[in-house]
Amino acid sequence: MTAPTVENGGAIPRRSVSARLLTANTFWIALVLLALIIVFSVLAPNAFPTVFNFQRLAIETAVLLVLAVGMTFVIITGGIDLSVGSVLIFAGMVSAKTMNALSDGGSAIDAGWGVIIAGLVAAVLGGAVWGFVNGFLIAHAKVPPLIVTLGSFGAALGAASLLNNGSDIRTVPTVLKRALGSGTSFGGIPNLVITAAVITAIAAWLLHTTRFGRYTFAVGSNPEAARRAGIGVTGHLMKVYLLTGLLAGAAGFMSLAYYSTTGIAAHATDNLNAIAAVVMGGTSLFGGVGTMLGTVIGVFIPAVLKKGFNITHVQDYWQMIAVGAVLVAAVWFDQQRRRARNRL
Amino acid sequence: MNQPLFEAVDLTKSYGSVEALRGASFSVGAGEVVALIGDNGAGKSTLVKCMAGAEQPTSGTIRFEGRDVRFDTPTDARRLGIETVYQDLAVAPELDPAANLFLGREIRRQGIFGALGMLDKKAMRTRAAAEFDRLGVRLQSIDVPIGSLSGGQRQSVAVARSVVWASKVVFMDEPTAALGVVQRERVLDVIRRVRDEGVAVVLISHNMPEVLSVSDRVEVLRLGRRVARFTARDATLEDLVGAMTGALSQEEDT
Repeated sequence: MTAPTVENGGAIPRRSVSARLLTANTFWIALVLLALIIVFSVLAPNAFPTVFNFQRLAIETAVLLVLAVGMTFVIITGGIDLSVGSVLIFAGMVSAKTMNALSDGGSAIDAGWGVIIAGLVAAVLGGAVWGFVNGFLIAHAKVPPLIVTLGSFGAALGAASLLNNGSDIRTVPTVLKRALGSGTSFGGIPNLVITAAVITAIAAWLLHTTRFGRYTFAVGSNPEAARRAGIGVTGHLMKVYLLTGLLAGAAGFMSLAYYSTTGIAAHATDNLNAIAAVVMGGTSLFGGVGTMLGTVIGVFIPAVLKKGFNITHVQDYWQMIAVGAVLVAAVWFDQQRRRARNRL
Repeated sequence: MNQPLFEAVDLTKSYGSVEALRGASFSVGAGEVVALIGDNGAGKSTLVKCMAGAEQPTSGTIRFEGRDVRFDTPTDARRLGIETVYQDLAVAPELDPAANLFLGREIRRQGIFGALGMLDKKAMRTRAAAEFDRLGVRLQSIDVPIGSLSGGQRQSVAVARSVVWASKVVFMDEPTAALGVVQRERVLDVIRRVRDEGVAVVLISHNMPEVLSVSDRVEVLRLGRRVARFTARDATLEDLVGAMTGALSQEEDT
């Protein structure tokens, strides 16, 4: 088929930069984050705005950020993935098991890079398997994502527990802990944060500039229109859930390196935290709308609140209430926007 | 009539025990607007879906440029330059007009980034603007989500999207339903322009004056079968209505 060949283009203007900015969800949520940082900096000028504090903030959000990045793709397709936290544990468990099995005496504490890379591959594959299962059931068997991933949320955790009779593995290679878990580069930037940042940057590129990203939006916006335009909706959904599983696997490996345990009991609410971050960042639960930058901001809002409350000696249970309120407000705004639009 | 560009012969389509098409035939030539009319339930939409690849006929033949063809998906038809505008606007409301125009046909960048799937958004915007301009689609802005446009503009984009890519045949299932007078005229203009470029246009419509004003020929469907063919110039409103209701029949039952 030939493409149109008309030369006198550009007759229809783009909106001005300010107009585009003011209608972007990301812009407003960024203001909220900025306001929070300013408020806490004023309340605790010696403790909050410090390099150490921001370093802690970044490192503590790195793992969740990787989960939220995958979640962003899923939610833009109009889906949801409740299984990411369990998949993270499963991937960490598979990885730790693999590394132990490849080491002398069944303990990977002194393992070298060869074993560690095998562990990374195992983690990513372990995540991908669950991503594939989710994607297959959602895209091919047409079971609603909420149910499929609620099922795999339980199943992945169960499978992870079965692998080691319900107890955690703590024999994580020291080299890995030093390099990825607590190491820094470029004058003090934690390697864990750099890893998360690189993953996020690649994902942002994928989402916002490539055909894969464009199809992700199209599938979430109107699957029927996408299908008629010749987009393989089923295949694309498979890929999106696979990608999310893969990223949860990578997050599992990062978590293992940082906490040096598989943390079976520690990730029960990761799924909800990831979803909250994505939605607060302006990605619509109804699909078709979202940005990776928004997700980054959405991950930081709860973290900044928690840190800020700790530093200003407010009980951090307030953080849960505040995040809940912001989350509901974000979805409410999204719905208002949709209603206003559909009235036209 | 010489060899038609696109022809359906004796199509049947049953959904379980319901027969939507019972040996329906249809033909359209290049550079011709043919209106397909019929009462509700006559099988117009089903016929168009079968001809455009969205549904597969139970039996019958489809011929394109003199060859028998079979479309398993609309993509098969599109590959031959056959496009469809559906009754329900199949657009992605969250995407902008340019993204919708190029949906499934994105322009990629040159070189390594293009190979990685990176899009050339600027080229798509520029070409989209040019195409909208050519087809008389007026938009205030090329980068707002099309869900925020008026119904008429949205429909214009949906029509433009198919027309731009249709090099041979375009099927339009009630493209002017739900449009205001001005928007409707604009869509009809687009239809005429496309016809003048040599594309075969098939128009389903309930609006008889519109049918008579824009089409060259009219084919009438009743109870899943073609019952009459008219040259629009010589047909009257009474002829069309008569054929639709069964008061008048030209083609013998087979």
